[in-house]
Amino acid sequence: MRCAILGSGNIGTDLMMKLLKGTDASGSAPTPLELVALVGIDPASDGLARAKRLGIDGPHEGPDWILEHADDIDMVFDATSAYVHVRHYKQYQEAGITAVDLTPAARGPKVIAAVNLTEHLDAPNINMVTCGGQATTPMVYAVRRALADLPYAEMVSTVASKSAGPGTRQNIDEFTKTTSTALREIGGATTSKAIIILNPAEPPIMMRNTVFAALPEGTDHDAVLESVLAMEADVQKYVPGYRLKNPPVIEEGPFSTPGGVVPHRAVVLLQVEGAGDYLPPYAGNLDIMTAAAQRVGEAIAHHKAGTTTGANA
Amino acid sequence: MTTATTDYRLIDSTLRDGSHAISHQYYADDVVRIVKGLDAAGVQVIEIAHGDGLGGSSFNYGFSAVPEKELIARACDVTTNAKIACLLLPGIGLADDLREVNELGVSVARIAVHCTEADITEQHIKVAKDLGMEAIGFLMMAHMNSPEGLVEQALLMQSYGADTIYIADSAGAMTTDDVRRRVNALTTALEVPVGVHAHNNLSMAVANSIAAYEEGAKNLDGTSAGLGAGAGNCPTEILAAVSTKYGIETGVDPLALMDLAEDVVRPLMPRQQVIDRAGLILGYAGVYGSFLLHSQRAAERYNVPQSEILLELGRRQVVGGQEDMIIDVALELAAKHAAQESAGKEAGE
Repeated sequence: MRCAILGSGNIGTDLMMKLLKGTDASGSAPTPLELVALVGIDPASDGLARAKRLGIDGPHEGPDWILEHADDIDMVFDATSAYVHVRHYKQYQEAGITAVDLTPAARGPKVIAAVNLTEHLDAPNINMVTCGGQATTPMVYAVRRALADLPYAEMVSTVASKSAGPGTRQNIDEFTKTTSTALREIGGATTSKAIIILNPAEPPIMMRNTVFAALPEGTDHDAVLESVLAMEADVQKYVPGYRLKNPPVIEEGPFSTPGGVVPHRAVVLLQVEGAGDYLPPYAGNLDIMTAAAQRVGEAIAHHKAGTTTGANA
Repeated sequence: MTTATTDYRLIDSTLRDGSHAISHQYYADDVVRIVKGLDAAGVQVIEIAHGDGLGGSSFNYGFSAVPEKELIARACDVTTNAKIACLLLPGIGLADDLREVNELGVSVARIAVHCTEADITEQHIKVAKDLGMEAIGFLMMAHMNSPEGLVEQALLMQSYGADTIYIADSAGAMTTDDVRRRVNALTTALEVPVGVHAHNNLSMAVANSIAAYEEGAKNLDGTSAGLGAGAGNCPTEILAAVSTKYGIETGVDPLALMDLAEDVVRPLMPRQQVIDRAGLILGYAGVYGSFLLHSQRAAERYNVPQSEILLELGRRQVVGGQEDMIIDVALELAAKHAAQESAGKEAGE
């Protein structure tokens, strides 16, 4: 499937480096995605210069270039901003280009690669939620599937200041709102909260994510812990640096959550180390986003071609 | 923003920062009595919110006993002269929260952020200004940035429209010299007034506040009986009394504040604000004050020394809001101790 990446910043360039490896997100099979171009708006950007050095077309005409080349492109990975995506997403759809949206614009259905990868393979537009959402929703879902009901889940994401770009900084509410919604809609929690913290320490810290989940009376704690460990392995299939920093623990309350009073909570402490494809390994927040987008793009490509996905391998 | 008759403006945060010390268990009656007491004593601004700001009620920071907006509505109802303020940390609370509390009558919004991350406050400062609120930029953990670095951050907030810029010694880690250098740099560089929010972990809160005033700060924070995160805040009644002794006009009645602290606030307190070992270590290691009670609980839960948890958090340069890292550190210390114990047993066999 022929694809282009729109946006030549950190995310777009990192995704380009991943696609140029030739293997799919699991690293074990060839990718079905053929990268046609990295499209930016600034001819002097580092990302476009790198694309040209690597023999990839690097135009700087932005969304217009995508629409003018609709016949040569089946899929666009949009790594611009929510604002730009909202302005153009209908045009991509009308031009028959599937959009995998890495901005928090949230126009299409949300996909968390480890949870609902195959749910929206025919949708013209897929939203990749947020980096924190990709990191924590799988664990919320992991707890949820071990329970009859998950009344409340919460995530705290701490990223190195250096890896938080201007888009995140100017619109931090979008991050927490979109992430919190994903914890409910895809993670399966009844109520939720998302928190993001920026840490300026030098050397930069690895992306850290903590999931707290309310455990009602009668929960099988061992089943929760087992489910969390199984999910760690599932995410590692496409983000090798995703790991439990400490074993998951069950803490005794009671806790007066927005979903009601519960006797216990599960605490899942995660660290995401990036693959270092473009940005340094501490920027696990960018890596989990690009790895998940690649995973989703490949699943769509296999679906449309009627071939087996790496996800099933 | 001082009136003609006062030398600085006193902002009381008993109902916000004080909330940490009672694990966010304020009830409406407490709010009514404290607001009435502060208002009658002449305090100009009363801050109220979850200790971690609007939207702070959570697993990570502790759930509020009563939804903060109910408490804020009561505060707005009973105040006569004092303005009601709130605090918001972008990343925890939302601009929508500002809109809601503004409807309730809150007229001052303090937008708080780690002292190197001012650019995440643009959205919220602008929303506060659009709502017609006074917007105060609030740079936390100010000991972790240089005077020049703080000026750079404060200028960003000023450019977004902040009416006043505060630095907060959230870890109670600053000496008087540290405060003087920072306030001096800020008052020199900024067009807007400067404020200081002090904590008492090194027993410096009142002295640091007075030093800040001498360097040109026009806003100072206190809490009744020092109720607050860590070893506590600058006690409002002591700051008022000391200011009077210095001949600094505050516009508040120190005796009325002493009555409030003694008769209303102290009886509410599960523990008096003393500088015990854990409190002192916060200031000594430069760790965010609200980690105190969370680290005490983790120490009990995982049977590891609280002081070791706090020292490790200091080494990791953890910032405000990263309370989840307390559990992370406690689990690692517990695993380390268990490994040492089993190694010791083997050696002894």
